[in-house]
Amino acid sequence: MKKITALLFVLALVVMAVLPISAAAEELEGTIKIDGSSTVYPVTQAMAEEFSYENPRVRVTVGVSGSGGGFAKFNVGETDLSNASREIKESEAEIAAENGIEFTQFIVGYDGITVAVHPENDWANDMTVEELKMIWEPNSSVETWSDVRDDWPDEEIDLYGPGADSGTFDYFTEAINGEGGASRSDFTASEDDNVLVRGISGNKYALGYFGYAYYEENSEKLKAVAVNGVLPNPETIAAKEYTPLARPLFVYAKNSAVQRPEVEAFLKFYFKNAQEIIPQVGYAPLPSYEEAMAKVEELAK
Amino acid sequence: MADLKKKRMLTDKIFKVIFLIFISLGLVVLAALIYDIVSKGMVMLDWEFFTRFDSRFPEKAGIKAGLFGTIYVIGLMIPITFFVGTATAIYLEEYAPKNKLTDLIKLNIANLAGIPSIIYGMLGLGVFVRYLNMGRSVLAGALTLSLLVLPVVIVSAQEALKSVPDSLRNASYALGANHWHTVYKVVLPSALPSILTGFILAISRAIGETAPLIMMGALTFVMFTPQGIMDSFTVIPIQIFNWTSLPKVEFELVAASGSLLLLILLFILNGLATFIRYKYSRK
Repeated sequence: MKKITALLFVLALVVMAVLPISAAAEELEGTIKIDGSSTVYPVTQAMAEEFSYENPRVRVTVGVSGSGGGFAKFNVGETDLSNASREIKESEAEIAAENGIEFTQFIVGYDGITVAVHPENDWANDMTVEELKMIWEPNSSVETWSDVRDDWPDEEIDLYGPGADSGTFDYFTEAINGEGGASRSDFTASEDDNVLVRGISGNKYALGYFGYAYYEENSEKLKAVAVNGVLPNPETIAAKEYTPLARPLFVYAKNSAVQRPEVEAFLKFYFKNAQEIIPQVGYAPLPSYEEAMAKVEELAK
Repeated sequence: MADLKKKRMLTDKIFKVIFLIFISLGLVVLAALIYDIVSKGMVMLDWEFFTRFDSRFPEKAGIKAGLFGTIYVIGLMIPITFFVGTATAIYLEEYAPKNKLTDLIKLNIANLAGIPSIIYGMLGLGVFVRYLNMGRSVLAGALTLSLLVLPVVIVSAQEALKSVPDSLRNASYALGANHWHTVYKVVLPSALPSILTGFILAISRAIGETAPLIMMGALTFVMFTPQGIMDSFTVIPIQIFNWTSLPKVEFELVAASGSLLLLILLFILNGLATFIRYKYSRK
Protein backbone atom coordinates (compact mmCIF):
# COMPACT_ATOMS: atom_id res chain seq x y z
CA MET A 1 0.00 0.00 0.00
CA LYS A 2 2.72 2.42 1.02
CA LYS A 3 4.65 1.67 -2.13
CA ILE A 4 1.64 2.39 -4.30
CA THR A 5 0.81 5.61 -2.49
CA ALA A 6 4.40 6.74 -2.85
CA LEU A 7 4.42 5.73 -6.48
CA LEU A 8 1.31 7.74 -7.20
CA PHE A 9 2.69 10.77 -5.38
CA VAL A 10 5.87 10.55 -7.40
CA LEU A 11 3.84 10.23 -10.58
CA ALA A 12 1.86 13.32 -9.65
CA LEU A 13 5.04 15.26 -8.96
CA VAL A 14 6.66 14.10 -12.19
CA VAL A 15 3.66 15.19 -14.22
CA MET A 16 3.72 18.60 -12.53
CA ALA A 17 7.46 18.94 -13.03
CA VAL A 18 7.54 17.78 -16.64
CA LEU A 19 4.93 20.36 -17.48
CA PRO A 20 6.37 23.74 -16.59
CA ILE A 21 4.48 26.69 -17.98
CA SER A 22 7.29 27.51 -20.34
CA ALA A 23 8.00 30.41 -22.60
CA ALA A 24 11.17 31.63 -24.27
CA ALA A 25 11.42 34.69 -26.46
CA GLU A 26 12.84 34.39 -29.95
CA GLU A 27 11.66 34.92 -33.54
CA LEU A 28 7.93 34.58 -34.31
CA GLU A 29 5.97 32.84 -31.60
CA GLY A 30 2.62 32.66 -29.93
CA THR A 31 -0.57 30.71 -30.29
CA ILE A 32 -3.19 31.12 -33.00
CA LYS A 33 -6.54 29.60 -32.10
CA ILE A 34 -8.84 28.62 -34.94
CA ASP A 35 -12.14 26.77 -34.88
CA GLY A 36 -15.25 26.37 -37.01
CA SER A 37 -16.52 24.74 -40.19
CA SER A 38 -15.60 21.20 -41.13
CA THR A 39 -15.77 22.22 -44.80
CA VAL A 40 -13.06 24.85 -44.42
CA TYR A 41 -11.07 22.68 -42.00
CA PRO A 42 -9.00 20.86 -44.68
CA VAL A 43 -7.84 24.21 -46.13
CA THR A 44 -6.93 25.78 -42.81
CA GLN A 45 -5.38 22.55 -41.58
CA ALA A 46 -3.14 22.45 -44.68
CA MET A 47 -2.13 26.07 -44.11
CA ALA A 48 -1.49 25.48 -40.41
CA GLU A 49 0.64 22.46 -41.22
CA GLU A 50 2.81 24.24 -43.79
CA PHE A 51 3.01 27.37 -41.62
CA SER A 52 4.16 25.30 -38.63
CA TYR A 53 7.07 23.87 -40.62
CA GLU A 54 8.29 27.39 -41.34
CA ASN A 55 7.49 28.84 -37.92
CA PRO A 56 7.92 26.02 -35.42
CA ARG A 57 7.51 28.35 -32.46
CA VAL A 58 4.06 29.47 -33.48
CA ARG A 59 1.41 27.05 -32.35
CA VAL A 60 -1.56 26.96 -34.61
CA THR A 61 -4.51 24.96 -33.30
CA VAL A 62 -7.50 24.09 -35.43
CA GLY A 63 -10.74 22.75 -34.01
CA VAL A 64 -13.83 21.47 -35.82
CA SER A 65 -17.19 22.47 -34.40
CA GLY A 66 -19.18 23.58 -37.45
CA SER A 67 -19.62 27.14 -38.74
CA GLY A 68 -22.14 27.92 -36.00
CA GLY A 69 -20.13 26.28 -33.24
CA GLY A 70 -17.06 28.17 -34.41
CA PHE A 71 -18.83 31.52 -34.27
CA ALA A 72 -20.09 30.71 -30.77
CA LYS A 73 -16.46 30.58 -29.62
CA PHE A 74 -15.26 33.41 -31.89
CA ASN A 75 -17.93 35.83 -30.70
CA VAL A 76 -16.92 35.55 -27.07
CA GLY A 77 -13.26 36.03 -27.92
CA GLU A 78 -12.08 32.46 -27.37
CA THR A 79 -10.61 32.09 -30.87
CA ASP A 80 -8.56 34.36 -33.17
CA LEU A 81 -9.84 33.08 -36.50
CA SER A 82 -13.06 31.31 -37.37
CA ASN A 83 -13.62 29.01 -40.34
CA ALA A 84 -17.07 29.31 -41.88
CA SER A 85 -18.83 27.93 -44.92
CA ARG A 86 -21.50 30.65 -44.72
CA GLU A 87 -21.60 34.31 -43.81
CA ILE A 88 -21.92 35.29 -40.18
CA LYS A 89 -25.57 35.72 -39.20
CA GLU A 90 -26.85 39.02 -37.90
CA SER A 91 -27.72 37.45 -34.57
CA GLU A 92 -24.17 36.15 -34.28
CA ALA A 93 -22.61 39.47 -35.25
CA GLU A 94 -24.67 41.15 -32.52
CA ILE A 95 -23.20 38.86 -29.89
CA ALA A 96 -19.71 39.71 -31.16
CA ALA A 97 -20.52 43.41 -30.91
CA GLU A 98 -21.80 42.99 -27.35
CA ASN A 99 -18.50 41.41 -26.43
CA GLY A 100 -16.52 44.14 -28.14
CA ILE A 101 -15.17 41.81 -30.85
CA GLU A 102 -14.49 43.58 -34.13
CA PHE A 103 -13.86 41.26 -37.01
CA THR A 104 -13.05 41.13 -40.71
CA GLN A 105 -14.39 38.69 -43.24
CA PHE A 106 -12.09 37.04 -45.80
CA ILE A 107 -13.22 34.89 -48.71
CA VAL A 108 -10.61 32.16 -49.08
CA GLY A 109 -12.06 30.14 -51.94
CA TYR A 110 -15.14 28.52 -53.43
CA ASP A 111 -16.83 25.22 -52.87
CA GLY A 112 -19.59 23.69 -54.96
CA ILE A 113 -22.15 21.82 -52.92
CA THR A 114 -22.44 18.60 -54.86
CA VAL A 115 -25.70 16.72 -55.31
CA ALA A 116 -24.70 13.07 -55.55
CA VAL A 117 -26.44 9.81 -56.38
CA HIS A 118 -25.41 6.17 -56.69
CA PRO A 119 -23.20 5.45 -59.75
CA GLU A 120 -25.77 2.96 -61.10
CA ASN A 121 -28.42 5.63 -61.08
CA ASP A 122 -28.79 6.14 -64.87
CA TRP A 123 -31.80 8.44 -64.86
CA ALA A 124 -30.90 11.44 -62.70
CA ASN A 125 -28.17 13.11 -64.76
CA ASP A 126 -29.40 16.64 -64.62
CA MET A 127 -31.84 18.23 -62.23
CA THR A 128 -33.24 21.70 -62.05
CA VAL A 129 -33.27 23.85 -58.95
CA GLU A 130 -37.07 23.49 -58.91
CA GLU A 131 -36.82 19.72 -58.85
CA LEU A 132 -34.32 19.86 -55.99
CA LYS A 133 -36.65 22.20 -54.17
CA MET A 134 -39.55 19.80 -54.68
CA ILE A 135 -37.49 17.10 -52.98
CA TRP A 136 -35.97 19.12 -50.15
CA GLU A 137 -38.58 21.74 -49.21
CA PRO A 138 -40.25 21.48 -45.81
CA ASN A 139 -43.23 19.09 -45.85
CA SER A 140 -42.19 17.87 -49.27
CA SER A 141 -44.61 15.36 -50.75
CA VAL A 142 -41.87 13.64 -52.77
CA GLU A 143 -41.50 10.04 -51.66
CA THR A 144 -40.35 8.27 -54.80
CA TRP A 145 -38.24 9.21 -57.80
CA SER A 146 -41.34 9.13 -60.00
CA ASP A 147 -42.80 11.93 -57.87
CA VAL A 148 -40.07 14.16 -59.31
CA ARG A 149 -40.30 13.12 -62.95
CA ASP A 150 -42.90 10.73 -64.26
CA ASP A 151 -40.50 8.58 -66.25
CA TRP A 152 -38.16 8.02 -63.29
CA PRO A 153 -38.47 4.77 -61.33
CA ASP A 154 -41.24 4.29 -58.86
CA GLU A 155 -38.79 3.67 -56.02
CA GLU A 156 -38.44 5.44 -52.71
CA ILE A 157 -35.73 8.13 -52.59
CA ASP A 158 -33.30 7.59 -49.74
CA LEU A 159 -32.16 11.08 -48.70
CA TYR A 160 -28.88 12.08 -47.07
CA GLY A 161 -27.74 15.52 -45.95
CA PRO A 162 -25.60 17.33 -43.41
CA GLY A 163 -26.95 18.17 -39.96
CA ALA A 164 -28.35 21.52 -38.87
CA ASP A 165 -25.09 22.78 -37.29
CA SER A 166 -23.43 22.65 -40.68
CA GLY A 167 -22.89 25.67 -42.90
CA THR A 168 -23.45 23.40 -45.91
CA PHE A 169 -26.97 22.73 -44.68
CA ASP A 170 -27.63 26.45 -44.17
CA TYR A 171 -26.31 27.37 -47.61
CA PHE A 172 -28.08 24.58 -49.48
CA THR A 173 -31.46 25.28 -47.88
CA GLU A 174 -31.02 29.00 -48.56
CA ALA A 175 -30.06 28.45 -52.21
CA ILE A 176 -32.59 25.75 -53.00
CA ASN A 177 -35.53 26.32 -50.65
CA GLY A 178 -35.13 30.09 -50.40
CA GLU A 179 -34.77 30.12 -46.63
CA GLY A 180 -31.73 29.11 -44.60
CA GLY A 181 -32.52 26.18 -42.35
CA ALA A 182 -35.86 25.36 -44.00
CA SER A 183 -35.74 21.73 -45.03
CA ARG A 184 -37.73 18.55 -44.86
CA SER A 185 -36.57 16.70 -41.81
CA ASP A 186 -37.10 13.05 -42.73
CA PHE A 187 -33.64 12.43 -44.16
CA THR A 188 -30.52 10.81 -42.75
CA ALA A 189 -28.51 13.70 -41.31
CA SER A 190 -24.87 13.50 -40.29
CA GLU A 191 -22.16 16.06 -39.53
CA ASP A 192 -19.71 13.46 -40.79
CA ASP A 193 -19.69 13.72 -44.58
CA ASN A 194 -18.16 10.25 -44.95
CA VAL A 195 -21.33 8.83 -43.43
CA LEU A 196 -23.28 10.55 -46.21
CA VAL A 197 -20.87 9.22 -48.85
CA ARG A 198 -21.21 5.69 -47.49
CA GLY A 199 -24.99 5.96 -47.32
CA ILE A 200 -25.36 7.17 -50.89
CA SER A 201 -22.86 4.71 -52.34
CA GLY A 202 -24.76 1.88 -50.67
CA ASN A 203 -28.20 2.48 -52.14
CA LYS A 204 -29.09 2.73 -55.82
CA TYR A 205 -32.04 5.01 -55.04
CA ALA A 206 -30.22 7.40 -52.71
CA LEU A 207 -29.60 11.12 -53.14
CA GLY A 208 -27.68 13.52 -50.97
CA TYR A 209 -25.48 16.61 -50.88
CA PHE A 210 -22.16 17.70 -49.36
CA GLY A 211 -19.02 19.70 -50.14
CA TYR A 212 -17.23 19.08 -53.45
CA ALA A 213 -14.05 17.75 -51.77
CA TYR A 214 -15.93 14.68 -50.55
CA TYR A 215 -17.28 14.01 -54.03
CA GLU A 216 -13.87 14.36 -55.64
CA GLU A 217 -12.25 11.90 -53.24
CA ASN A 218 -15.05 9.40 -53.75
CA SER A 219 -15.90 10.00 -57.40
CA GLU A 220 -15.69 6.28 -58.27
CA LYS A 221 -18.33 5.47 -55.66
CA LEU A 222 -20.69 8.33 -56.49
CA LYS A 223 -22.19 10.17 -59.42
CA ALA A 224 -22.59 13.93 -59.38
CA VAL A 225 -25.86 15.36 -60.67
CA ALA A 226 -25.67 18.42 -62.90
CA VAL A 227 -27.69 21.31 -61.52
CA ASN A 228 -29.44 23.40 -64.18
CA GLY A 229 -27.20 21.67 -66.72
CA VAL A 230 -23.86 22.38 -65.07
CA LEU A 231 -21.71 19.72 -63.41
CA PRO A 232 -19.59 20.80 -60.46
CA ASN A 233 -15.83 20.86 -61.06
CA PRO A 234 -13.13 23.34 -60.05
CA GLU A 235 -13.55 25.34 -63.28
CA THR A 236 -17.33 25.72 -63.17
CA ILE A 237 -17.17 26.47 -59.44
CA ALA A 238 -14.48 29.14 -59.79
CA ALA A 239 -16.21 30.69 -62.80
CA LYS A 240 -19.48 30.74 -60.81
CA GLU A 241 -21.21 28.86 -63.61
CA TYR A 242 -22.25 26.24 -61.11
CA THR A 243 -25.03 28.27 -59.60
CA PRO A 244 -26.68 28.49 -57.21
CA LEU A 245 -24.68 25.89 -55.31
CA ALA A 246 -21.19 27.36 -55.67
CA ARG A 247 -20.55 29.15 -52.42
CA PRO A 248 -17.74 31.14 -50.91
CA LEU A 249 -15.72 29.77 -48.01
CA PHE A 250 -14.78 32.22 -45.30
CA VAL A 251 -12.23 32.85 -42.64
CA TYR A 252 -13.21 35.47 -40.08
CA ALA A 253 -10.43 37.26 -38.25
CA LYS A 254 -10.64 39.12 -34.98
CA ASN A 255 -9.20 42.56 -35.77
CA SER A 256 -7.28 42.85 -32.53
CA ALA A 257 -5.68 39.46 -33.17
CA VAL A 258 -4.35 40.51 -36.58
CA GLN A 259 -2.30 43.14 -34.73
CA ARG A 260 -0.26 40.28 -33.32
CA PRO A 261 2.67 39.55 -35.65
CA GLU A 262 2.14 35.78 -35.69
CA VAL A 263 -1.50 36.12 -36.76
CA GLU A 264 -0.59 38.65 -39.42
CA ALA A 265 2.12 36.33 -40.71
CA PHE A 266 -0.26 33.38 -40.74
CA LEU A 267 -2.93 35.23 -42.72
CA LYS A 268 -0.36 36.45 -45.23
CA PHE A 269 0.97 32.93 -45.55
CA TYR A 270 -2.62 31.73 -46.03
CA PHE A 271 -3.34 34.06 -48.93
CA LYS A 272 0.10 33.66 -50.50
CA ASN A 273 -0.34 29.89 -50.73
CA ALA A 274 -4.09 29.71 -51.30
CA GLN A 275 -3.78 29.44 -55.07
CA GLU A 276 -1.56 26.40 -54.73
CA ILE A 277 -3.10 24.59 -51.75
CA ILE A 278 -6.84 25.14 -52.15
CA PRO A 279 -7.12 23.11 -55.39
CA GLN A 280 -5.20 20.26 -53.68
CA VAL A 281 -7.91 20.12 -51.06
CA GLY A 282 -10.65 19.99 -53.69
CA TYR A 283 -11.91 23.57 -53.76
CA ALA A 284 -11.54 26.47 -56.19
CA PRO A 285 -9.28 29.39 -55.27
CA LEU A 286 -9.99 33.06 -55.95
CA PRO A 287 -8.35 34.48 -59.10
CA SER A 288 -6.37 36.88 -56.91
CA TYR A 289 -5.72 37.38 -53.23
CA GLU A 290 -4.31 40.88 -53.49
CA GLU A 291 -7.38 42.41 -51.94
CA ALA A 292 -7.19 40.04 -48.97
CA MET A 293 -3.49 40.81 -48.56
CA ALA A 294 -4.22 44.52 -48.57
CA LYS A 295 -6.89 44.03 -45.89
CA VAL A 296 -4.42 42.18 -43.68
CA GLU A 297 -1.83 44.95 -44.16
CA GLU A 298 -4.42 47.51 -43.23
CA LEU A 299 -5.52 45.66 -40.09
CA ALA A 300 -1.98 44.98 -38.93
CA LYS A 301 -1.03 48.65 -38.96
CA MET B 1 -38.76 -42.05 -14.55
CA ALA B 2 -36.16 -42.80 -17.17
CA ASP B 3 -38.16 -40.64 -19.54
CA LEU B 4 -38.04 -37.69 -17.17
CA LYS B 5 -34.32 -38.07 -16.76
CA LYS B 6 -33.84 -38.22 -20.52
CA LYS B 7 -35.88 -35.05 -20.88
CA ARG B 8 -33.81 -33.26 -18.26
CA MET B 9 -30.60 -34.36 -19.92
CA LEU B 10 -31.94 -33.08 -23.21
CA THR B 11 -32.83 -29.66 -21.74
CA ASP B 12 -29.38 -29.54 -20.28
CA LYS B 13 -27.81 -30.22 -23.67
CA ILE B 14 -30.05 -27.74 -25.48
CA PHE B 15 -29.15 -24.95 -23.10
CA LYS B 16 -25.49 -25.80 -23.31
CA VAL B 17 -25.67 -25.44 -27.09
CA ILE B 18 -27.62 -22.19 -26.84
CA PHE B 19 -25.07 -20.67 -24.48
CA LEU B 20 -22.26 -21.85 -26.71
CA ILE B 21 -23.89 -20.18 -29.70
CA PHE B 22 -24.21 -16.89 -27.84
CA ILE B 23 -20.67 -16.80 -26.59
CA SER B 24 -19.29 -17.72 -30.00
CA LEU B 25 -21.42 -14.99 -31.58
CA GLY B 26 -19.70 -12.45 -29.36
CA LEU B 27 -16.28 -13.96 -29.96
CA VAL B 28 -16.72 -14.11 -33.73
CA VAL B 29 -17.74 -10.46 -33.90
CA LEU B 30 -14.83 -9.50 -31.66
CA ALA B 31 -12.39 -11.53 -33.75
CA ALA B 32 -13.72 -9.98 -36.97
CA LEU B 33 -13.32 -6.47 -35.55
CA ILE B 34 -9.82 -7.13 -34.28
CA TYR B 35 -8.84 -8.72 -37.59
CA ASP B 36 -10.22 -5.73 -39.47
CA ILE B 37 -8.38 -3.19 -37.29
CA VAL B 38 -5.12 -5.11 -37.31
CA SER B 39 -5.11 -5.79 -41.05
CA LYS B 40 -5.94 -2.18 -41.90
CA GLY B 41 -3.95 -0.68 -39.05
CA MET B 42 -0.71 -2.44 -39.94
CA VAL B 43 -0.59 -0.82 -43.40
CA MET B 44 0.33 2.62 -42.10
CA LEU B 45 1.82 1.67 -38.76
CA ASP B 46 5.53 2.29 -38.45
CA TRP B 47 7.81 4.05 -36.04
CA GLU B 48 7.25 7.37 -37.80
CA PHE B 49 3.57 7.14 -36.98
CA PHE B 50 4.49 7.81 -33.36
CA THR B 51 7.00 10.56 -34.02
CA ARG B 52 5.05 12.70 -36.48
CA PHE B 53 2.25 15.15 -35.99
CA ASP B 54 -0.99 15.04 -37.93
CA SER B 55 -0.82 16.02 -41.58
CA ARG B 56 -3.15 16.60 -44.47
CA PHE B 57 -1.32 13.82 -46.32
CA PRO B 58 -2.37 10.42 -44.97
CA GLU B 59 1.10 8.93 -45.49
CA LYS B 60 2.63 11.72 -43.41
CA ALA B 61 0.03 11.76 -40.66
CA GLY B 62 1.19 10.71 -37.21
CA ILE B 63 -0.30 10.41 -33.74
CA LYS B 64 2.39 12.20 -31.70
CA ALA B 65 0.13 15.06 -30.57
CA GLY B 66 -2.66 12.66 -29.58
CA LEU B 67 -0.36 10.20 -27.87
CA PHE B 68 1.31 12.87 -25.76
CA GLY B 69 -2.03 14.54 -25.08
CA THR B 70 -3.46 11.25 -23.84
CA ILE B 71 -0.39 10.56 -21.68
CA TYR B 72 -0.52 14.02 -20.08
CA VAL B 73 -4.25 14.06 -19.51
CA ILE B 74 -4.40 10.54 -18.13
CA GLY B 75 -1.17 11.05 -16.17
CA LEU B 76 -2.73 14.03 -14.44
CA MET B 77 -6.08 12.31 -14.05
CA ILE B 78 -4.69 9.19 -12.32
CA PRO B 79 -3.49 10.79 -9.06
CA ILE B 80 -6.52 13.10 -8.84
CA THR B 81 -8.95 10.25 -9.32
CA PHE B 82 -7.12 7.78 -7.11
CA PHE B 83 -6.84 10.01 -4.06
CA VAL B 84 -10.26 11.62 -4.30
CA GLY B 85 -11.95 8.33 -5.18
CA THR B 86 -10.32 6.18 -2.52
CA ALA B 87 -10.64 8.85 0.16
CA THR B 88 -14.34 9.27 -0.61
CA ALA B 89 -14.93 5.54 -0.47
CA ILE B 90 -13.02 5.21 2.84
CA TYR B 91 -15.02 8.02 4.38
CA LEU B 92 -18.34 6.64 3.19
CA GLU B 93 -17.64 3.06 4.28
CA GLU B 94 -15.50 3.48 7.39
CA TYR B 95 -16.27 6.86 8.93
CA ALA B 96 -19.61 8.24 7.79
CA PRO B 97 -22.45 7.80 10.27
CA LYS B 98 -24.98 5.24 9.06
CA ASN B 99 -27.95 7.50 8.43
CA LYS B 100 -30.31 8.60 5.68
CA LEU B 101 -27.99 11.35 4.43
CA THR B 102 -25.10 8.92 3.90
CA ASP B 103 -27.44 6.53 2.10
CA LEU B 104 -28.66 9.37 -0.10
CA ILE B 105 -25.10 10.34 -1.00
CA LYS B 106 -24.21 6.73 -1.79
CA LEU B 107 -27.29 6.37 -3.95
CA ASN B 108 -26.45 9.54 -5.85
CA ILE B 109 -22.90 8.46 -6.51
CA ALA B 110 -24.15 5.17 -7.88
CA ASN B 111 -26.57 7.07 -10.11
CA LEU B 112 -23.84 9.39 -11.37
CA ALA B 113 -22.06 6.35 -12.78
CA GLY B 114 -24.88 5.99 -15.29
CA ILE B 115 -24.88 9.50 -16.70
CA PRO B 116 -23.88 9.82 -20.37
CA SER B 117 -20.32 11.03 -20.74
CA ILE B 118 -21.21 14.04 -22.88
CA ILE B 119 -22.99 15.58 -19.88
CA TYR B 120 -19.66 15.57 -18.05
CA GLY B 121 -18.18 17.32 -21.08
CA MET B 122 -20.76 20.10 -20.76
CA LEU B 123 -20.09 20.32 -17.04
CA GLY B 124 -16.34 20.55 -17.74
CA LEU B 125 -16.93 23.29 -20.33
CA GLY B 126 -19.13 25.29 -17.99
CA VAL B 127 -17.21 24.86 -14.75
CA PHE B 128 -13.53 24.29 -15.55
CA VAL B 129 -13.10 25.93 -18.97
CA ARG B 130 -15.31 29.00 -18.55
CA TYR B 131 -16.15 29.61 -14.87
CA LEU B 132 -12.76 28.69 -13.39
CA ASN B 133 -11.11 30.11 -16.49
CA MET B 134 -8.79 27.18 -17.07
CA GLY B 135 -9.27 27.40 -20.82
CA ARG B 136 -9.24 24.32 -23.03
CA SER B 137 -6.25 22.99 -21.15
CA VAL B 138 -4.77 19.66 -20.14
CA LEU B 139 -5.83 20.44 -16.56
CA ALA B 140 -9.45 21.08 -17.54
CA GLY B 141 -9.44 17.87 -19.59
CA ALA B 142 -7.98 15.82 -16.75
CA LEU B 143 -10.50 17.21 -14.26
CA THR B 144 -13.39 16.54 -16.64
CA LEU B 145 -12.29 12.94 -17.13
CA SER B 146 -11.79 12.60 -13.36
CA LEU B 147 -15.40 13.62 -12.79
CA LEU B 148 -16.46 11.13 -15.41
CA VAL B 149 -14.75 8.11 -13.85
CA LEU B 150 -14.95 9.07 -10.16
CA PRO B 151 -18.39 7.54 -9.56
CA VAL B 152 -17.19 4.21 -10.96
CA VAL B 153 -13.98 4.38 -8.94
CA ILE B 154 -15.82 5.28 -5.74
CA VAL B 155 -18.44 2.56 -6.13
CA SER B 156 -15.87 -0.15 -6.87
CA ALA B 157 -13.69 1.01 -3.97
CA GLN B 158 -16.75 0.94 -1.68
CA GLU B 159 -17.50 -2.62 -2.74
CA ALA B 160 -13.88 -3.56 -2.14
CA LEU B 161 -13.95 -2.08 1.39
CA LYS B 162 -17.27 -3.73 2.14
CA SER B 163 -15.90 -7.12 1.23
CA VAL B 164 -13.24 -6.92 3.94
CA PRO B 165 -14.61 -9.13 6.75
CA ASP B 166 -15.44 -7.38 10.02
CA SER B 167 -13.47 -9.99 11.94
CA LEU B 168 -10.28 -8.37 10.61
CA ARG B 169 -11.33 -4.96 11.87
CA ASN B 170 -12.33 -6.38 15.26
CA ALA B 171 -9.04 -8.22 15.58
CA SER B 172 -7.20 -4.97 14.93
CA TYR B 173 -9.24 -3.10 17.52
CA ALA B 174 -8.67 -5.92 19.98
CA LEU B 175 -4.94 -5.37 19.62
CA GLY B 176 -5.41 -1.74 20.62
CA ALA B 177 -5.21 -0.09 17.19
CA ASN B 178 -7.23 3.06 16.65
CA HIS B 179 -9.67 3.71 13.81
CA TRP B 180 -7.24 5.21 11.31
CA HIS B 181 -4.61 2.59 12.05
CA THR B 182 -7.13 -0.14 11.44
CA VAL B 183 -8.22 1.39 8.15
CA TYR B 184 -4.72 2.10 6.92
CA LYS B 185 -2.91 -1.05 8.08
CA VAL B 186 -5.63 -3.69 7.94
CA VAL B 187 -8.63 -2.76 5.82
CA LEU B 188 -6.92 -0.95 2.96
CA PRO B 189 -4.19 -3.51 2.25
CA SER B 190 -6.72 -6.29 2.03
CA ALA B 191 -9.08 -4.23 -0.15
CA LEU B 192 -6.35 -2.78 -2.36
CA PRO B 193 -6.28 -5.39 -5.15
CA SER B 194 -10.00 -4.90 -5.82
CA ILE B 195 -9.72 -1.11 -5.52
CA LEU B 196 -6.88 -1.07 -8.03
CA THR B 197 -8.67 -3.38 -10.44
CA GLY B 198 -11.72 -1.14 -10.48
CA PHE B 199 -9.48 1.90 -10.76
CA ILE B 200 -7.51 0.62 -13.74
CA LEU B 201 -10.67 -0.43 -15.57
CA ALA B 202 -11.98 3.10 -15.02
CA ILE B 203 -8.79 4.54 -16.52
CA SER B 204 -9.24 2.30 -19.54
CA ARG B 205 -12.64 3.83 -20.01
CA ALA B 206 -11.26 7.36 -19.72
CA ILE B 207 -8.59 6.71 -22.35
CA GLY B 208 -11.20 5.81 -24.94
CA GLU B 209 -13.50 8.75 -24.25
CA THR B 210 -13.98 11.26 -27.05
CA ALA B 211 -17.31 12.99 -26.55
CA PRO B 212 -16.69 14.85 -23.27
CA LEU B 213 -13.30 16.09 -24.45
CA ILE B 214 -14.66 17.33 -27.77
CA MET B 215 -17.45 19.01 -25.83
CA MET B 216 -15.09 20.76 -23.46
CA GLY B 217 -13.02 21.85 -26.44
CA ALA B 218 -10.01 19.64 -26.91
CA LEU B 219 -8.62 20.43 -30.32
CA THR B 220 -8.50 18.54 -33.53
CA PHE B 221 -5.31 19.74 -35.18
CA VAL B 222 -2.29 20.58 -33.08
CA MET B 223 1.32 20.35 -34.11
CA PHE B 224 2.89 20.43 -30.69
CA THR B 225 2.93 18.39 -27.51
CA PRO B 226 1.65 20.02 -24.33
CA GLN B 227 4.34 21.95 -22.47
CA GLY B 228 2.34 22.83 -19.39
CA ILE B 229 -0.85 21.77 -17.71
CA MET B 230 -2.49 24.93 -19.04
CA ASP B 231 -1.66 24.03 -22.66
CA SER B 232 -4.20 22.98 -25.24
CA PHE B 233 -4.12 19.40 -26.42
CA THR B 234 -5.72 16.64 -28.40
CA VAL B 235 -6.07 12.94 -27.55
CA ILE B 236 -5.87 9.69 -29.52
CA PRO B 237 -9.64 9.06 -29.84
CA ILE B 238 -10.25 12.59 -31.15
CA GLN B 239 -7.58 12.10 -33.79
CA ILE B 240 -9.13 8.79 -34.82
CA PHE B 241 -12.56 10.38 -34.95
CA ASN B 242 -11.26 13.22 -37.10
CA TRP B 243 -9.41 10.93 -39.51
CA THR B 244 -12.53 8.88 -40.17
CA SER B 245 -14.40 12.04 -41.17
CA LEU B 246 -11.85 13.38 -43.67
CA PRO B 247 -12.52 13.19 -47.41
CA LYS B 248 -9.37 11.26 -48.37
CA VAL B 249 -10.11 7.53 -48.24
CA GLU B 250 -6.57 6.64 -47.12
CA PHE B 251 -7.24 8.33 -43.79
CA GLU B 252 -9.35 5.29 -42.94
CA LEU B 253 -6.11 3.32 -42.76
CA VAL B 254 -4.51 5.99 -40.59
CA ALA B 255 -7.56 5.86 -38.33
CA ALA B 256 -7.18 2.08 -38.13
CA SER B 257 -3.55 2.50 -37.05
CA GLY B 258 -4.73 4.89 -34.34
CA SER B 259 -7.36 2.39 -33.23
CA LEU B 260 -4.74 -0.33 -33.09
CA LEU B 261 -2.56 1.81 -30.85
CA LEU B 262 -5.52 2.54 -28.59
CA LEU B 263 -6.37 -1.16 -28.48
CA ILE B 264 -2.80 -2.05 -27.51
CA LEU B 265 -2.82 0.59 -24.76
CA LEU B 266 -6.07 -0.82 -23.40
CA PHE B 267 -4.76 -4.39 -23.53
CA ILE B 268 -1.71 -3.33 -21.55
CA LEU B 269 -3.83 -1.58 -18.92
CA ASN B 270 -6.26 -4.46 -18.58
CA GLY B 271 -3.35 -6.87 -18.39
CA LEU B 272 -1.89 -4.74 -15.62
CA ALA B 273 -5.19 -4.88 -13.75
CA THR B 274 -5.26 -8.66 -13.95
CA PHE B 275 -1.62 -8.88 -12.91
CA ILE B 276 -2.08 -6.66 -9.87
CA ARG B 277 -5.16 -8.51 -8.73
CA TYR B 278 -3.35 -11.84 -9.11
CA LYS B 279 -0.19 -10.69 -7.37
CA TYR B 280 -1.78 -9.01 -4.38
CA SER B 281 -4.53 -11.52 -3.79
CA ARG B 282 -1.99 -14.31 -3.32
CA LYS B 283 -0.28 -12.50 -0.47
